[in-house]
Amino acid sequence: MPHRAGTLAAYCAAAQAGGVPLAEIFVRQEAESAGVPAGQVRALMLTRIRVMRQSLERGLGTPQHSRSGLIRGGGARMREWIGQGGSLLAPAFSQMIAAALAVAEVNACMGRVVAAPTAGACGVLPAAIFTVADARGAEEDAVLRAFFTAGGIGLVIEKLASLSGAEGGCQAEIGSASAMAAGALVELMGGSPAQVDHAVAFALANVLGLICDPVGGLVEVPCVKRNVMGAVNAASCAEMALAGLESVFPADAVIETMGKVGRRLPEEFRETARGGLAALPRPS
Amino acid sequence: MGIFDIIGPVMVGPSSSHTAGAVRIGAFARLLLGEQPRSAVLGLHGSFAATGEGHGTPLALLAGLLGLAPDDERIPAAQALAGELGLACRFEEADLGGVHPNSVRLRLEAEATLELCASSVGGGRIMVWRVDDFGVDLDGQYPTLLLTYPDRPGAVAIVSAILANAGLNIATIKAHRTARGGQALMTVELDHEPPAGVLESLRCLPQFEQVRFIPRLGFGD
Repeated sequence: MPHRAGTLAAYCAAAQAGGVPLAEIFVRQEAESAGVPAGQVRALMLTRIRVMRQSLERGLGTPQHSRSGLIRGGGARMREWIGQGGSLLAPAFSQMIAAALAVAEVNACMGRVVAAPTAGACGVLPAAIFTVADARGAEEDAVLRAFFTAGGIGLVIEKLASLSGAEGGCQAEIGSASAMAAGALVELMGGSPAQVDHAVAFALANVLGLICDPVGGLVEVPCVKRNVMGAVNAASCAEMALAGLESVFPADAVIETMGKVGRRLPEEFRETARGGLAALPRPS
Repeated sequence: MGIFDIIGPVMVGPSSSHTAGAVRIGAFARLLLGEQPRSAVLGLHGSFAATGEGHGTPLALLAGLLGLAPDDERIPAAQALAGELGLACRFEEADLGGVHPNSVRLRLEAEATLELCASSVGGGRIMVWRVDDFGVDLDGQYPTLLLTYPDRPGAVAIVSAILANAGLNIATIKAHRTARGGQALMTVELDHEPPAGVLESLRCLPQFEQVRFIPRLGFGD
C-alpha cells in the first residue's frame, strides 16, 4: 500500500526504493521546490551549521547571563567541570550537556542562533549532532546528511502534528527537536531509513505530554535545561535504534499521537506561563 | 514550508515570536514610512506588554525601525543605537482589543506620519492588520504595493492592467476604503519584484495620491 505523502514512512520508502540515504530525498525535495541546484541547498545548510558552531563556541567560552538573572553561565561552568575531570561518564556525554546549555543560553541572552525547529529548542540539534560527529570523527558530508534528515523529520512533524509550544506544549518543541536529533544521529552513523524511523518513534514517545511552562514567560527556566534532556534523549534513542531495537509503533503514529495529546493539553500548559513551574511562587 | 524554515531562521534570541517577529514588524513599518522615523510611540499589547521586556521585544521593535535584520547582533544595543541615529522612542501599554496576544501599535513620524498595527503570529511570521485608517492583512512574504486614492471606479482595473503588461502575477489584490466615495487603500501582493519602471508608471497616474512599495521581507539571510 502506498504511504500518505509527507509522512516519514513515505520518505523512508522513497529512500529505500531509490537506494539512497534518507537525507538525499530531503535534499532533492528542497532543491526542487526552491528551483535551485542541490549544491546550493547544501551550501545554505553549511551556513546554518556555521552559525550553530558560532553560538556553541560563544556559549562555552563566555558565561551567558540573562537580563532576568535566571541564566548564569551554565554552559561555561559545565566546560570547567569537564576540564576538572568531573564527568560521570565519558567526557563526550558531559560535552553534549555543556553544548546544549551553551547554545540555549546564547539564545536566552539575545545572542545569534539558528531556530531549529524553534528558538527555545535551538540547543538540541547542535549538541546532539556536533558532539557525536566530533567524538566519532564524522566527515562534513555525514554532518550535512544529519541536518537534512533532522529538517525532513521536522517537516513531517509540522505536517502531522505541530512544532509550536503554544499549540502542543514542550513535547512539540523540545520533543520534536529531540526526535529530529535522534533520526539525525542514526543518519550520521550510516543507519538505515527504518532505523531512523525507530529512533524518531522512541525519542518522541519518551516525552509525550511534556508541558510548556516557562517561568516568567521567558525562554529560560525550565527551557534551557530541557534542551539538555532533548539532546541526551536523542543520543540514547539513536543508539537503541542502531543496536537493532525496534519501536512497537511507527514514527508517524507517535507523531500524530503527540499532536493529539498537545491539542488536549489545558491552555495553562501551552506557553501561557500560567501553569506548571510558571505558576510557582519564585523563591527569593 | 521547507527544510530551512525548520532549520532556521538565523535570528537573535530568545523568541521567534517576541524577538524575530518584532524586528520584522519594525522593519515593515520603516519600509512603509519610506525612511527612518524621527519619533516613535510604540503601544505594546497583551503578551508583548506582559513578557516583552524579558524577551527584548522593545529592543527588537526598535531594531527593526532602525533597519536591522532579525539576525543582527546589534539588536540588544538598539536603544543606544536609536540615540545615535536620532530616533526618539517611547513605549506604552496599549489595549488593542480582541487581537492576537503578541501585538503592537506603532505611531511613527518622519517627513510623513504612519500608524500601523501588527501581530507576531508565530515562528517570526507577522500579520500587519492596520495601516492608518485602513484594516489590511499583509504578512510581508510578498513584494507588496500600497496605493492610496479617492474611492472612484476603475482603480483596480488600471493597476491590474499595468501589472499584466509587465508580466507580473498578482498573488492577492484588495481594496479597502474609509467610506463609499471616501479615501481608499489598495494592497497588491506580487509573486515577483516589480521593475522600477512599473512603480514609475503607477506613480505617474493622476488618480493615485501615493504609491508605496515594500519588498519581500526576509529573515536576514
